[in-house]
Amino acid sequence: MRGIKNLPLYLALTVGGMIFAYPFVWMFFATFKPEMEITGIGLWSADMSIDNYRLVMTKIPIARALLNSLFVSICVTASVLFWGSIVGYALARLKFLGRELILAVILFTMVIPFQITLIPMYILMVKFGWVDTYLSLIVPGMINSFGILLFRQFFRDVPQDLIDAARLDGCNEFQILFRIMWPLSKPVLITVGILAFMGSWNDVLWPLLVIRLETLMTMPQIVTLFAIGGQAEAQIGVQLAAATLLAAPIIILYSFFQKYFIESMASSGLKN
Amino acid sequence: MKSIMSRMKGEGFTGGLMSLPYIVYFSFFIAFPIGFSFILIFHKWNIITPMEWVGLRNFIRLFSDAQFFKAILNTLTFLVIHIPLQIIVALLLAVGLNQKIRFRGFFRSLYFMPVIVSGVVITIMWRQLYGYETGLLNMMLLQFGLDKIPWINHPTYAMPSIAIMATWKNVGLYVVLFLVGLQNIPGFLYEAANIDGAGPVQKFWYITLPALNNTMVLVMILSTIGGFSLFIEPFVMTGGGPMNSTLSAMLYIYNQAFYFGHMGYSATLGFFFACIVLLVILIQKKVVERD
Repeated sequence: MRGIKNLPLYLALTVGGMIFAYPFVWMFFATFKPEMEITGIGLWSADMSIDNYRLVMTKIPIARALLNSLFVSICVTASVLFWGSIVGYALARLKFLGRELILAVILFTMVIPFQITLIPMYILMVKFGWVDTYLSLIVPGMINSFGILLFRQFFRDVPQDLIDAARLDGCNEFQILFRIMWPLSKPVLITVGILAFMGSWNDVLWPLLVIRLETLMTMPQIVTLFAIGGQAEAQIGVQLAAATLLAAPIIILYSFFQKYFIESMASSGLKN
Repeated sequence: MKSIMSRMKGEGFTGGLMSLPYIVYFSFFIAFPIGFSFILIFHKWNIITPMEWVGLRNFIRLFSDAQFFKAILNTLTFLVIHIPLQIIVALLLAVGLNQKIRFRGFFRSLYFMPVIVSGVVITIMWRQLYGYETGLLNMMLLQFGLDKIPWINHPTYAMPSIAIMATWKNVGLYVVLFLVGLQNIPGFLYEAANIDGAGPVQKFWYITLPALNNTMVLVMILSTIGGFSLFIEPFVMTGGGPMNSTLSAMLYIYNQAFYFGHMGYSATLGFFFACIVLLVILIQKKVVERD
């Protein structure tokens, strides 16, 4: 009985699901079609080939861009976890002069729209001589205020006994953080890690400003410039192939760790 | 006693040491840029030649810059379509998923997929869906015997089309946020309403919606911040056209800085625009939030 009553609901949810999923499936199949058949709404074509991918590879150094993106995003993520946990630990568990002030400053700076700092940050990169180096992509993202706050919140709930016991054993604060706290902190490490990685991986505006050398470009950046520039020669197939290559790593990761992705991104809603 | 004292001192030292990374980061990448933007807004500068003091002339120029106000207006148009659409669609899907159904996790993952994929991918894909002659959407309209729509080729349609695409991309996140909100509503409220003989619409209106107020504020603020940073979608989809109808404020600032090299002026634009962002968010909080 219930099944029948819920039928319209399932139907609606399925139609919704199609609306979100079909364009991706369509794009994937379109990349294998010859240019003339791409406009069809169906998926199959008689002469499927990987020509579009071959063409993308010859036109832009997309493999290099993938490595650049991986390198930058991994450095940023590792650094956000490392420094964020250190500062978060100090704010959560140590008493020192200026702690409340630092906390207030972090909360306050999170309200500032990035539009204010964008241009001055670019000029700073020029003055440091970091334009067209990995440094400009990595260093400004090395610390993340929201990450610090998430670490602080998590560390505050760890029982004091654990810390006291470790101190009696002669651990210093860094040892406590990395040997006692880190193994306990998997959930927050995953959340902060995913947010930092996604933020860095998907960013386009900043790389567009500070990287002009094709060999140093990140993957979203090079695909953007490929799609709007003349290199694709208005061929839809190659543009979609480039877009598919850009989407693939994240979609593969997502299909294994959906739950973590969804929970982490949703926790960014706790911001205020 | 002495050991406690020295430990307290040690803790103070270690605490300071451990927060040093943030202080360094703050000084270079937050305090300095903000401070520097206050200098920039009074100067004319192209990075290469020396700075030139121009007093308030950047602001005078800003207030007579019709194109910038057009860009702000375009951004507001985007927000006015995007936010209500997003809230309604997200709420509907969340209420649907909150029923006793199977495959909830599966549907949730599907709706969430566009959220994790780069906006560049989404825009390249939708540029094809929106194509006038050969786009998928128009092909479908023709099949149903309807007229083609110039989705991104006509000034009236272009920005709404981008707003629809952005809703499609982001709505999964807000479905999840609303779902969390819905699951936090205590069940006894609905039971009490059942006893009073309330129908589903009344229950939704008098219990669900007020209980979701916090989530509503959150969704609104998050999508406002996102909407004001609208950049990559018009950059890839339309380049700001047709007839500047999709020129967003961020795209205009980007062009001023990196196409024309007007650093001082674009810093002024960024400063002014950030003030508008803050103002709009404050107003939203005041209007929507109930305690």
